[in-house]
Amino acid sequence: MVVPKDKTADQAATDAKGKGKFTEVKLTHPLDKAMLAKGKAVYDVKCSACHKLTGDKLVGPGWKGVTDRRKPEWIMNFVTNTDEMIDKDPAAQAMLEQCMVRMPNQHLSDEEARNVLEFMRDNDGKN
Amino acid sequence: MKKIFLPLCLVAAVASLQSCKMKNTTSAVKGDADSKVYVAPGKYDEYYNFVSGGFNGQVSVYGLPSGRLLKLIPVFSVFPENGYGYSEETKAMLNTTIGQVPWDDQHHLDLSQTNGEQDGRWLFANANNTPRIARIDLKTFKTAEILQIPNSAGNHSSPFITENTEYVVAGTRFSVPLGAEDVPINSFKQNFHSTASFISVDKNSGHMAIAFQIVLPGMNLDLSHGGKGPSHDWFFFSSYNTEQAYTLLEVNASQKDKDYIVAVNWKKAEEYAKAGKGKKMAADYAHNTFDESKQIATSVIEHEVLLLDPKDCPDMVYMIPCPKSPHGCDIDPSGEYIVGSGKLAALIPVFSFSKMIKAIGSKQFEGDFQGIPIIKYEAALYGEVQKPGLGPLHTEFDGKGNAYTSMFLSSEVVKWNLKDLKVLDRAPTYYSVGHLMIPGGDTRKPGGKYLVAYNKITKDRFLPTGPELAQSAQLYDISGDKMQLLLDYPTIGEPHYAQACPASLIKDQQVKYYDINKNGNEFVTMGEKKTNVVRKGNRVDVYMTAIRSHLVPDNIEGVFVGDEIYFHVTNLEQDWDIPHGFAIKNNPNAELLIMPGETVTLKFSPQKQGIYPFYCTDFCSALHQEMSGYLRVSPKGSNTPLKFGTGDTAEAATAQK
Repeated sequence: MVVPKDKTADQAATDAKGKGKFTEVKLTHPLDKAMLAKGKAVYDVKCSACHKLTGDKLVGPGWKGVTDRRKPEWIMNFVTNTDEMIDKDPAAQAMLEQCMVRMPNQHLSDEEARNVLEFMRDNDGKN
Repeated sequence: MKKIFLPLCLVAAVASLQSCKMKNTTSAVKGDADSKVYVAPGKYDEYYNFVSGGFNGQVSVYGLPSGRLLKLIPVFSVFPENGYGYSEETKAMLNTTIGQVPWDDQHHLDLSQTNGEQDGRWLFANANNTPRIARIDLKTFKTAEILQIPNSAGNHSSPFITENTEYVVAGTRFSVPLGAEDVPINSFKQNFHSTASFISVDKNSGHMAIAFQIVLPGMNLDLSHGGKGPSHDWFFFSSYNTEQAYTLLEVNASQKDKDYIVAVNWKKAEEYAKAGKGKKMAADYAHNTFDESKQIATSVIEHEVLLLDPKDCPDMVYMIPCPKSPHGCDIDPSGEYIVGSGKLAALIPVFSFSKMIKAIGSKQFEGDFQGIPIIKYEAALYGEVQKPGLGPLHTEFDGKGNAYTSMFLSSEVVKWNLKDLKVLDRAPTYYSVGHLMIPGGDTRKPGGKYLVAYNKITKDRFLPTGPELAQSAQLYDISGDKMQLLLDYPTIGEPHYAQACPASLIKDQQVKYYDINKNGNEFVTMGEKKTNVVRKGNRVDVYMTAIRSHLVPDNIEGVFVGDEIYFHVTNLEQDWDIPHGFAIKNNPNAELLIMPGETVTLKFSPQKQGIYPFYCTDFCSALHQEMSGYLRVSPKGSNTPLKFGTGDTAEAATAQK
């Protein structure tokens, strides 16, 4: 077994992806219009009650800049594996201390989570 | 119930003679009883135990062997705790031909079966007082359907089922005239009838429909059970008051030596119904169903039933003489033995199905009861259990060749062998046991591990709570030769019959939340963007959402005294165990509990001007106390504009002024 030279950096990179089944999310360019439209529909029903599209906190943090703050894998894991993330992921735990409400698991399917990610990227002006 | 209190000491004396070593309350529990009922924190019980609520009209669910109460399922009574019977979506469930009936007397339960074994799909429940049958969905533990039964009163010998849930039966305890005839009470013999209704159950949807009603002579049908295996085509009802008394039944209905087990060949009845031998009769009755996809109950009034008269349908009904006002009528797992429990008899008669069939074939009759052939007692009798105890009521089976009969008067459970009819063991109950229950004990495959006795008198078993005491249930281990008392636990309402099934049969099929995208409620709000307040005349529809931890809108103005406000609250959560509640000050009916993904509606008609706070009643998060809002109700005729919102939108709405 090859031991990586800089183990801590490697570990940090893994941690930044959060806990869950998503270890590698491939982003595509340009944004997929169909995906982001579906993601917006999910946002309207399941997310908008707590998250603004600006940077302002409502119940949870505003989404502006979220794709810069978090790895796509972290976002996908947080949305689909909410409880384990809140219990174990340091970044998610830090957010809980700020918001004081556990993010509800809104039971998004993998596809819905990916569509929401696309919508977040659009909201952040990515292409 | 109270009047038998005094003679209890006498009964105890008699009982102590019968069971030579009557155990006292402390010595009755011994050995490892505690470890057998201890379910460690975080562990599950082995069985779901569904228990009738009696005069509370509901069904309670306990875990066995712990005796822990898991849930109260509202069925025939309104339940302000979650809005059942009050919310716009559930009001229709309690509709009848005389309007909404908010209460009933719920006595018996039966779990649906396939091939004589529990299949974990539905639970049927009867209402005695305003005759009805309910079907409870075991995926949601919600009442899915309620069917009113016409030509019936005292719907007691129900809701027992045939082995493939082809039919649920409903038999009358009180005979009444058919239709709405005005007749003198003393014309009982001529004009009063008992009826046995056979309600078909759709094997896919579970939907019920009255297939036919068999019209029987005036008498009291008490309990019933369906045949099994060889006796599959038959249903058996116990009867009392075949004296046809209509006053002072305590004396006048206890005159004859024998009443009857009524044996009904339902397959024959089905054929007669198909062949047009029945008579259609105008009869109104309500049929209420809850539509899961639209999340709303509807009530339809049906107008006709099909009556089958034994006179026109030979070979459909027979009477078997049975000593002394039989109560329970129970069929063993093989389908061969029919146990009648004469509550005033000093023995338990056991009838043989194969002998009964032979007796019918060779016409061993001893006359008829208003035209229905009476089979000779000995011709159908397998044997009698001698001196079993006093006041036999109900019998269940362990699948190992043994039967267990509850003895009301001598307060004990008696175990006896089905083959040689010898008493094997007796265990005291505290006190005056009514029904008893073995998981699957009325099916082809009983689980012979536990028995629960549902006692009518509690007396000194629990801490006293004023004049009214909890009923007591007692759990016994029946896996060995001798019964072992394990646990006492209090129950709510007044349990009669009960059912239990292995937890594994239903625990993994539980609905955890409703998919918001499949919410078909007419008044759903799909996300906060769609929240709204709409006025039409004096009707105001509030399309509201709830999610941890705010309601949208939480500020509402422009509503007036005399308006009818409908709060349609959609719970946007999509996770298990996150209901939200909704209550508004001075609303004179109930609150709502809204499950994740569900929409439920509360109507509020404010009578006075004022500010009415509303809030979530189910502690949902650390900020639950913040989950609230205000409704401003202005005087009638004032011109407060309609405004609503939450946070920024509320402030913007106010700023518009």
